[in-house]
Amino acid sequence: MPVYSEKVMQHFMNPHNVGEIEDADGVGEIGNPVCGDMMTFYIKVKDNRLEDVKYKTFGCGAAIAVSSMVSDMVKGKTLQEALTVTPAMVAKELEGLPKNKLHCSNLGAQALRKAIKNYALSNKIDMPGLTDTEEPEEDEHACET
Amino acid sequence: MRKVYMDNVAATPLLPEVREAMLPFLGEVFGNPQSLHAWGDGARDALDQAREQVASLIGGTAEEIIFTSSGTEANNMAVKGMARAKADKGKHIVISAIEHFSVLNSARTLQKEGFEVSIVPVDGFGVVNPDEVLKHIRNDTILVSIMHANGEVGTIEPVAEIASRLGKDGPVLHTDAVASSGNIAVDVKELGVHALSLAGNQFNGPRGGAALWVKRGVRMLPVLDGGIQEGGRRPGTEDVPAIVGLGKAAEMAAKALTARMQRLSALRNSLIAGVLGKVEHSILTGHPRQRLPGYASFCIKFIEGESILMLLSSHGIAAASGSACTSRALKASHVLLAMGVNHEVAQGSMLFTLGVDTNQEDVDYVVEKLPQVVDRLRQMSPVYSKFLKEQRG
Repeated sequence: MPVYSEKVMQHFMNPHNVGEIEDADGVGEIGNPVCGDMMTFYIKVKDNRLEDVKYKTFGCGAAIAVSSMVSDMVKGKTLQEALTVTPAMVAKELEGLPKNKLHCSNLGAQALRKAIKNYALSNKIDMPGLTDTEEPEEDEHACET
Repeated sequence: MRKVYMDNVAATPLLPEVREAMLPFLGEVFGNPQSLHAWGDGARDALDQAREQVASLIGGTAEEIIFTSSGTEANNMAVKGMARAKADKGKHIVISAIEHFSVLNSARTLQKEGFEVSIVPVDGFGVVNPDEVLKHIRNDTILVSIMHANGEVGTIEPVAEIASRLGKDGPVLHTDAVASSGNIAVDVKELGVHALSLAGNQFNGPRGGAALWVKRGVRMLPVLDGGIQEGGRRPGTEDVPAIVGLGKAAEMAAKALTARMQRLSALRNSLIAGVLGKVEHSILTGHPRQRLPGYASFCIKFIEGESILMLLSSHGIAAASGSACTSRALKASHVLLAMGVNHEVAQGSMLFTLGVDTNQEDVDYVVEKLPQVVDRLRQMSPVYSKFLKEQRG
């Protein structure tokens, strides 16, 4: 049996929404190439909605598929709706991830959250639960250097 | 779609002649070599012949060959068994930083038993410097284990020089020759070692057929307790079909060795030149010349190995990587890190291992496809875009 689900392979082979947004309203970067994965999410916001979402990803097949899936799941959504996307939801939409790759789904959700927070802070928009909280330390992804 | 198999380090295809030799022992010749009847005789004769064939590949004698189930088992037996046999003389052992996990973790187990372990560093090419080994030798050093060639970057180590520097009265020297045996000339007398591990699956033999050569007179305690098979050093009913396959593979490898080395070295050099020439920001890992014939290993900057492997696989190409994401343990290759490759660059590790079926068209195909795969991943790599921005200033 292949390591990855068909859905993961589809998104990996043809990732959606890859790229950068030059005049992005928010940018969120997470991870570190030293640890194996790094994602940068770019968002364009209009009327409180994610008008556009793009990303660049360094990492394994799972990290690339997760980025693609997250971008699909939140594009067109309100910021509040986008923030309800959890790593578990991303993994489920991808028809599952190998156990040792689950951390990749955390990275996707976290990178998006960071981009929204970056947008809210730079536009002085209060978003309870986001702008008033410290971001947790980068996820538990064991990166031993 | 073209299929190109360049992962001979993971598994080599069984030669048809080897399969043929094995078949009777999966059928009518099923006896136990220890039995004192005709069924046993047939199996015993086959075992004796395989012992000769393996001994002849490495310049040892048949009585010095102990059959094992894998290179891992042979390494476990050598390191643990020889250290424990000499524990009354001293409790210090020396290994290199790039040993296979079966040596590294055997040393770790010995540490828990009260042995001290010194780990010799390697240079940027993955070469163990004999001076460095000598620096770590003490009065109570009883065992040194330095691999003959590295299975991740293909660097061939100066084992013969290490042996001569350790001298006749020095500690026992074991070499893990799993990656090299059957692929380059390996002679235990020329190497001057006391023990040597090899595995048939690295030279087109079956899995399950491997061996440890231990020089006559060198003591080694068994790791498994049991009966009298393999002189009590490796008890357990012999895996006759696998051993017969190992023997045949050893015979075939010895015959083909010089021609195959020349052929594979030329193909490898063509692959290395093609990749370095066509893929910007790629580096060769391991020694440029002192390397196994079939090994072409690289680090490709700004992208990650698993995603490279997956895209290569979509083009029908099989290779390997030492990136953190590729390993189940999510750790970057200890070999690359020991060579001073930084963690980020190690993520882009790629290993192409050529074998009996590899031809120039295969090499050309990889040289054509790899740059496309790399470009595609770099297009979506934030690390690459950062690099480009910094370059522009």
